[in-house]
Order: sequence, then structure tokens, then C-alpha cells
Amino acid sequence: MLGLGADRLRADMNRLLALLFHQGVLDEQFLQLQQLQDESSPNFVSEVVNIYFHESEKLLRNLRGLLMDRECSDYKKMGIHLNQFIGSSSSIGAKRVRNVCVAFRAASEQNNRAGCLRALELLEHEYCYLKNKMHELFQLEQQRLLAAGVRYPMQN
Amino acid sequence: MMDNGFSSPRKDAFPVGLRVLVVDDDPTWLKILEKMLRKCSYEVTTCGLARDALHLLRERKDGYDIVISDVNMPDMDGFKLLEHVGLRWIFLLLNASDKMYSCHLTVMSVDGETSQVMKGVQHGACDYLLKPIRMKELRNIWQHVFRKKINEVRDIEILEGMESIQMARNGLDQSNDGYLLCGEDLTSVKKRKDVESKHDDKDPGDNSSTKKARVVWSVDLHQKFVEAVNQIGFDKVGPKKILDLMNVPWLTRENVASHLQREGFPLMQKYRLYLSRLLKENDTKISVGGIKHSDSPLGDSANSFGTQNSINIQQNDVSSRSYGFSGNSLLVQNVEPRSHDNERKGIVSKIVAEPKRALTVEVPDPHKPRSSQMEFGHSLTSPASEVNYAEYDSNFPTKFSWWEIPQSRLKQEQKPLHLDDGFSHLTWPGKQQHIQVDYPQPAPPIISGSSVTGRGMGGSVKIKPLYDECRKNGSQPEKSGFNLRCISDLESAQKNINWGMSPFATLDDDFQVRWVQGDCYAMNLGLENIDFPEYFDRGLLADVPTHLYDAVSFDYQNLYDPTECSLIEQGLFIA
Repeated sequence: MLGLGADRLRADMNRLLALLFHQGVLDEQFLQLQQLQDESSPNFVSEVVNIYFHESEKLLRNLRGLLMDRECSDYKKMGIHLNQFIGSSSSIGAKRVRNVCVAFRAASEQNNRAGCLRALELLEHEYCYLKNKMHELFQLEQQRLLAAGVRYPMQN
Repeated sequence: MMDNGFSSPRKDAFPVGLRVLVVDDDPTWLKILEKMLRKCSYEVTTCGLARDALHLLRERKDGYDIVISDVNMPDMDGFKLLEHVGLRWIFLLLNASDKMYSCHLTVMSVDGETSQVMKGVQHGACDYLLKPIRMKELRNIWQHVFRKKINEVRDIEILEGMESIQMARNGLDQSNDGYLLCGEDLTSVKKRKDVESKHDDKDPGDNSSTKKARVVWSVDLHQKFVEAVNQIGFDKVGPKKILDLMNVPWLTRENVASHLQREGFPLMQKYRLYLSRLLKENDTKISVGGIKHSDSPLGDSANSFGTQNSINIQQNDVSSRSYGFSGNSLLVQNVEPRSHDNERKGIVSKIVAEPKRALTVEVPDPHKPRSSQMEFGHSLTSPASEVNYAEYDSNFPTKFSWWEIPQSRLKQEQKPLHLDDGFSHLTWPGKQQHIQVDYPQPAPPIISGSSVTGRGMGGSVKIKPLYDECRKNGSQPEKSGFNLRCISDLESAQKNINWGMSPFATLDDDFQVRWVQGDCYAMNLGLENIDFPEYFDRGLLADVPTHLYDAVSFDYQNLYDPTECSLIEQGLFIA
């Protein structure tokens, strides 16, 4: 009984992952992360992803703040934030988010405010989507482990 | 995990227990790197700030075997860190794969624990690692330490034989200026035998060099050397030219010649290696970016540059600046002072200055593709740079059009790059997937292939109108997304579409190629298509041929069959 539930949940997880890969939301780097997870660090992936979320939200806030400053947007600083964002997104394989950042960076290099605004909107959207999906994934994982009778610390 | 006191490497278990210090301001990367290194059974210490690392390194002079440092850190970059610690450790620089600097190819390491006599032994070109790093590369870093130790032993033996001669020569041949240039104080230099670095395994027993004046190639000196080489171009390089450019008064032509012999080849090889890897992963960005920095009307050369494989160019010019160009968009683009580092600017400016030249030099050169895969990837993506989208617009002459790319340029590729034709292939999944898997195919398949992604049916259909519109050079409605798509040019359209192609997957990484299109859509068509989940059509998924997911090695059809989970487990999914 328990086993079946775990299997079904695993299938759900895999389906979700497949979807995310399909959509280009995630790329191979995410798989590398999964491979790094082992008994000595069973929550590795979710820990890394949570760190990523934490950092990203800071960056997003900063970017929005910079862009909302109508007087003079500090494009250079935006570029710096974006570089950081790009770097960390590539660390977990957040491909789409990263791509938007790259375009955003291009717009900022041209001091193109409209372009930056659109990019920011898109970025926020992509980021939210990614975050939601990751949460979904981790929830499934937790449920699966519970169903499989494993003790698992609840995480966000 | 911090070392509490002096700890020496466990030599018997080498490379287990290799003591690595990782410095990176990005906490996600830091965590990942730490985990990866631990998996290699290394002893890892992490640092989020360069100044903390500096502190650690100074405090525990023999506490670490290798330092891996990110290059782009807010307070200090990897180079500065290296300079500050004075070449005492093997230093590996870590770079985000879209930012590569030619200045990274510099001498980097000296050990921290050998005797005073050996302190001078310096290593050849350093290693730098590109993110995302593979486990394999990390597992190999111990080789740096090992090689150095071997060289040290050898050098000690040689030195002992020549000690007296050396001491005499030190006084005569080297002026104080030389020492100052090396950034060392006189005493330490004198103690450090004037030995030509012999760690080049290719040149093991060059005892004949004992007759010549020896030079200690410090980081600074080697950097100058590398810069000179880069400026001249690997293919035109020569000791005299390098010497002239280096502008180091006490250096002789012989010094440069032997250093070139020792360092030139490995340098070039390393660079090529990294570039090829970089290209594999980053396609477009590389090729087009640099263009931004060259104000010259690149014209035809730009065309060819754009279309030609970046790899081609690179292969020719690892040294030449064009290289700087191809890899370069990376180099040029990223190197620009957008980053917070002044140190780099000196070098950066050189790079920036070169692209024009590079272009002319390199582009026309037909070059054998290193591998069809890579080439393909490049030609594919070269005109479409996700990074340079906007820049592309402004700098590329309008005559440059993506599919006008002369066929001749693409000769080296396996198939001509015919966007137009390619797009006619835009039918629903079907054969494109297949094409995707076999790399050497023109771009269109890739694009269409990725239409398999959640973008759904909309995919193929949408691409066409996009192109049509662009073709007409009509005004693209703003819906084309925030991209500075004041671009009604084709190339911009191309760029947009190919945008998502960024990490260009190798055959191993089918995934990346596949979901390219998904990316494009989100970007290109603006916000209308943001509801991704709705695009995901289960039916589509079922149609995807299994071979599309070779890398993942699971049978897609079975994905939905709970009774056959074993297949999934073989793949990459969570077990």
C-alpha cells in the first residue's frame, strides 16, 4: 500500500521534471545537482535551491528598485546584479531564468529602460514559475519519502 | 570545515585529503563546489569573500594545496587575490562560462611548503575552470599539485648541481630592475635559484640552458608575455616581437624564446580546450558578442564571422585576438568594465582593442572544424547571440542576414545553414527531433525540435509568422517582447529565436538543444505566452520519439506507466 503511493509519487515527480526540461525551465545542471545528492546530504538539492531562491529574491528586489528610479536608472549596477543572477541561475540549471537575465543585461547595456522593464517583468514571471515548480517538486519528494516510510525533515 | 592548525597533506593517501580552499561570492556555487570537492574526497574550506580567503591564506601559509577562486567577486577578483597571496599556491580560477578572459592564462602557481631554495619554482600556465564545472575536472586538480611536486624534486637536483654558478650569475645577469619587476625582494630572489622553469614536461632535460641567463617568470612577467602573445597573434608570434611588446628592459630574446617554447604551446592548448568546451556550452554568445566592441564596420567579415564557426576562428587564433573575438564575445563583452574590477581593465582594454583586427585576420581563414558538433553549433547559433541581441542590431550592417550567410562559409559544416529551408521543416515534432539528436544539422531543426517543448503546437506555427514578419522587414509589433526589438531585421528575429539556444548542448546534452524553442518563445513573443503549463500538451509528449532523450536514456512512453518505473530510474530522475 505504502509502496504504491511512493511509486505513483515518484512518477509524478518525474513527469514534472520532464515537463520542466521540456519547457527549458531546467537544464542539465539540475541533473548534476541531483547526482550530487547522497546519503551524506540527502537534502542537498533543496538546500541549494533554497539558497538560490533567497539570493534571487534579493537580486530581484534590487533590480526592481534600480529600475523604478525614474530619475536615473543605474544600469551599470543592474548589470552587476544581473551577472550575479546569471551566475547563480546557471548553478542550478535555471535555464530560462538565466536567458531572460541575459537579455535583460543586454537591454541594460543599452540603457534601454523600456526593454529593461519588460525584461524585469518577464524575469519575475519566469522566476515565479520556477519557484512554484520547484516547490511542487519538493513537496512531491517529501510525500514520496513519507509514503516510502522515510523520515524527512519538512522543508520549504 | 576549517583547519584548526597547521596541517600537512596526507601524502600517503594523495590525492585524498587534498586541501582545497574555495573562494566564491555566490553562495549557491560555493555550496555546490564544496559538495563536489568533498565527493572527490578533498578537504574543503569555503570562503564567501576574497578578503577572508586572503586572511586564511596568509595565516596558514601551508594550510592549503590548491586555491580555487572565482574570478568575478565584488570585493576582489581572482587575480588580485592571487597577486596578494604572492604565488604561494596552485591557483585555479573559476569562471562563469560566459565570461572568459584571456588574462586568465597566466602563470599561477607556486607551492607553499617547499624549502626556501625551491620557492622560486613557478608553474606554467595556470588552469582555469569554467562554470558549470564537471566533477571530472575537479577530480583532476590534484594533478597540478602532483606535477608541481615532481618538478620541484627535479629542479632541486638540478639546482644543487649548479648552485655556485647560479649565485654568481645572479649578481651579473640580473639587474635590480628585473627583480623589482618580478615583484619580489632581492633576498628572496637570490635565494630562489635562477632556474628556468622546467615544469614543462615536454622539455624535461634542457640542461643546455644552463649556459644562458635564466629568468624567473613571475606572474607579472608571464602576464606581460601572454598579453604580448595575444596582441601579436599566436600564428605570428616570435620571440623578438614578444620581447618588443613586453617592454621589459632586462629581458633577453633568449629568455623569451625559451619561455615561448615552454609556455606557448601548453598555453594555446589550454585555451583551445577551454574554448571548445565553452563553445559547446555557450554557442552564440561567444561568437557575436565581441562584435559589439568593434566599431569598425565589420561588414563582410562580420558576416563570415557571424556565420563561421566560432570554433574555426578560435582554433586559428587561440592566440590571436580574434580569438578574443570569437570566444570573445565572451572576452570582449564580458571583459568590459561592467565588472567591478580595475585590475582587469588593463588587459581588457587590450582585448577590446583587438577584435577588429582579429576579425580580419581570422575570418577568412578556412579552418578545419574541430568537430562537426561544435562547428555546427556555432554556425548555428553564431548570428544569434542571446547576449548581444540589441548590440547586434546596432552594430551589424543590415546587409548581414542570417540566411544569406554565404554557403561557402558553411562548407566546413556538414550541412549548409539554410534557415529558410530549415523552417520549412517546421512541422510538428516528427523528424526534427531526430535531427536534433544528430548534431551536425542546420539550425532550423533545432529550433523546430525544440518546439517539442511545452510551447506546444504553437511552436512551429509561431516561428513562421515571426520570420515572415521579419522578412518583410515590417514593423514588428511590440509583442515581440521586451527585446529591444525595435528590430525588424531578420537577424534580430533570428537572434530572438535562437536566443534560448544558449548553452549549446553537445550530443550528450540533448536536453538543452531540445528545449531551446521553449525559451525563444517566452522571450520573443512577449508576455502573451507566459502561461507555460497550458502549452504543455500531453499528446505532444507522447509523440516525442524516444531517441530524442538519448542522454536521459529513458523511454518516454513509459514515463506515464507507473508499472515501469525502472526505466525512469535508469535515467536521471530522482530515485
